[in-house]
Amino acid sequence: MKKPLGLTLLLGLTVALAQQAPQRGGSITVSYKDDVTTLDPAIGYDYQNWPMEKMVFDALLDYKPGSTTLEPRLAAKMPEVSKDGKTYTFTLRKGVKFHNGRTMTADDVKYTLERLLDPRTKSPGQSFYTGIQGAQAFVDGKAKSVTGIQVLAPDRVRITLTAPNAAFLNIMAMNFAFIVPKEAVAAAKGDFGHKPVGTGPFKLTSWVSGQQLKFDRNPNYFMAGLPSLDNVTVKVGLDPSVAFLSLQRGEVDLLGDGIPPAQFLQVTRDPKFKPNIVSKTSVNTTYLSLNTGVKPLNDVRVRRAINQAVNKTKILRIINGRGVVAQGVLPPLMPGYDKNERGYAYDPAKAKALLAAAGFPNGFETTLYTNSTDPNPRIAQSIQQDLAQVGIRVQIKSLAQSSVIDAAGTPKTVPMVWSGGMAWTQDYPDPSDFYWPILSCKSAVQGGWNWPMYCDKALDARADRADRMVAPGQRNARLAEYGKIFAALNKQAVWVPVYHEVRYMMKSDRLVGDVNNLVDPTHLINYERLSVRK
Amino acid sequence: MLPFAVSRLFQSFGVLLVASVLTFGLIFLLPADPARLVAGPSASVQTVNSIRHELGLDRPFLVQYGRYLGGLVRGDLGRSYKQQSGVSSLIASRIGPTFQLMLGAIVLELLLGLPLGIWAALRRGRWPDRLVMGFAFLGASAPQFWLGLSLVYLLAYGLNLFPLGGYGGLSHLFLPALTLGLGGAGWYARMMRSSLLDVLSRDFVRTARAKGLAPTRVIVRHALRNAVTPIVTMIGLDIGAFMGGVVVVESVFGWPGLGRLVWDAIRVVDIPVIVGVVIFSALVITLGNLLADLVQLVIDPRVRYA
Repeated sequence: MKKPLGLTLLLGLTVALAQQAPQRGGSITVSYKDDVTTLDPAIGYDYQNWPMEKMVFDALLDYKPGSTTLEPRLAAKMPEVSKDGKTYTFTLRKGVKFHNGRTMTADDVKYTLERLLDPRTKSPGQSFYTGIQGAQAFVDGKAKSVTGIQVLAPDRVRITLTAPNAAFLNIMAMNFAFIVPKEAVAAAKGDFGHKPVGTGPFKLTSWVSGQQLKFDRNPNYFMAGLPSLDNVTVKVGLDPSVAFLSLQRGEVDLLGDGIPPAQFLQVTRDPKFKPNIVSKTSVNTTYLSLNTGVKPLNDVRVRRAINQAVNKTKILRIINGRGVVAQGVLPPLMPGYDKNERGYAYDPAKAKALLAAAGFPNGFETTLYTNSTDPNPRIAQSIQQDLAQVGIRVQIKSLAQSSVIDAAGTPKTVPMVWSGGMAWTQDYPDPSDFYWPILSCKSAVQGGWNWPMYCDKALDARADRADRMVAPGQRNARLAEYGKIFAALNKQAVWVPVYHEVRYMMKSDRLVGDVNNLVDPTHLINYERLSVRK
Repeated sequence: MLPFAVSRLFQSFGVLLVASVLTFGLIFLLPADPARLVAGPSASVQTVNSIRHELGLDRPFLVQYGRYLGGLVRGDLGRSYKQQSGVSSLIASRIGPTFQLMLGAIVLELLLGLPLGIWAALRRGRWPDRLVMGFAFLGASAPQFWLGLSLVYLLAYGLNLFPLGGYGGLSHLFLPALTLGLGGAGWYARMMRSSLLDVLSRDFVRTARAKGLAPTRVIVRHALRNAVTPIVTMIGLDIGAFMGGVVVVESVFGWPGLGRLVWDAIRVVDIPVIVGVVIFSALVITLGNLLADLVQLVIDPRVRYA
């Protein structure tokens, strides 16, 4: 049957409009087990407080919901970039007001960046911004301000870098660069994290320590039609099992910690709950780290043998299938991911042959560190069994997470680390974030996060050259270059990449929000786009 | 009595000092770098170092401890690494709920434990006795975590009698207090039973009975009054035991008290909060014991202290 084209278009448009215009008003309750530590965007940096900070604050740039594509937010448009790729000029959106009523200006941008660089702020994000010209001198206390941040006009600010960095705009979209007003930080007397003031779609109206936080709609929000909800209540201290019962009773609309592990299979297999569950692969990789500075793991053949001996499918069964098998370092949603990469197949016979070739026909003894929270010790045991099949006798050291991190960051100490609970998750969607902090020479040091302690200066140089490819036309070439860098790392087998976590969120019947709002790759939970059915 | 109280107060100071040295020392020896944890995985080594310096963690143990003691004398427990707020204010905001929980648990313990113990003693060797002893055994050996979740599931979710957790009025308090107190109720029942049996076999009870007093009067006026003395000491000790129990119970029920505060702090190695709560708990425990001793002195003047 043929329909007139105009009518089809009109019908389609009506349906689309009906879907796109969520009902305004209403409130939701979200539950978490742990307390929220801080909402100071210069400090709070995890799955839990990031989306809440996004309720209160905005950055100059942001990502299109559900994607890894940058778009302007507090900036009126994408910045003008100089030919050498070092200078970025931002024009601010006009008339954006902080919750305290003051208009945001370029001075606030400068203040925000200098505040997070200031060692007294103790920001975990400091090192993302030291590439700004003059930032290091400022950090070292040799300068009173950062020369690379210039206020040109009340609505124009220019940032100059010491070297081109293709990931810089991603860095400007991170929570650390959420714009804060100087006077509110001063008024909070060191406790801005509990008294946050921003430009965001919601404002924090009450915070009862250990109980709940309440956010109300910002009636003067600059984005038309946002947010949809009137308020969001975040309840803390709810055990995941209790939170799950509360959701069924209608007291909670969203399980911040996801489905409780003990009930996971029962819930996901129950068709009744199907409309309440959304899931998406996270941009992270959980891996077994192989220390290249410890014998006999310094032999690439031994590392490849271990890669072939570990049964990843078995590990996925232990985590109830909440993941997809990893083929390499990069997760599928990360730009630069090579979908043709095939990693190392599970093949104990080949592993044995490789070990024999490396001079260990009877295997060897080694140690595996893991954090002591379930299911990680069980996964470590699974790896232990797999390696025993090829003759490698593994002793498991199961410690508190903080102790594992400390030991793993000490050179020539820990042969193998199971990263469960400490898996690498993107800071921003750019492959450089999976190279520099965890696999480069500068992180292969005491206290660094390069647990294989692998350092290849040539790869560092290639990554550095790639980061200087800032022109839009070079983007694909740059991502291809990173693809090659990770392929080279895969050949070196410094990790056994095991799986990419799949995050599950569970919501109530009345909460309207799809996978792009609830497991967004960069916003995690996009509160401003959630709404309720009345 | 006053000199006794004063000397005990001084002892308490000693205990607090030892508690602070031990906690501070143990955390110092812990193979974990608080600066690394504050900085997070993405921070560079330079950032970690600058945070370590800002927190004063690069100073020798004695300097760090000395600074801490200096603050302590001024009533300053330092600032939380993770939350930035002052530790004293964090503790202050959590004391109320924890004390409510402990008080509720003590009341439930006594309300349940004492009558059960008396009942068991008076029916010694018969089925009520065995029932009560069975309950005491179960109550003492059931893990609080399991007990709490079971109570939530049965009484709150299943029968809808109580809220599912959280903080509020008496209805919110009942289940966590019961979870915390159930093990103690068993203990009290056993204590009460054996103490009463002991007293009942004494000469003065026999005399009272021989005088022809009514059995109820013998038990209430003569036996119980004497049997209750050890219970008072128990209440004092209980406060110490509760300090451990609240960590679990508060986590299960989302009770916003000190237990949850310290649990979260341990997870992220937030040293000032951990040490602060430990010192504060030590203070509460020593004060609890002191109070128990003094009350006992009043009830039973025969008890004398050197």
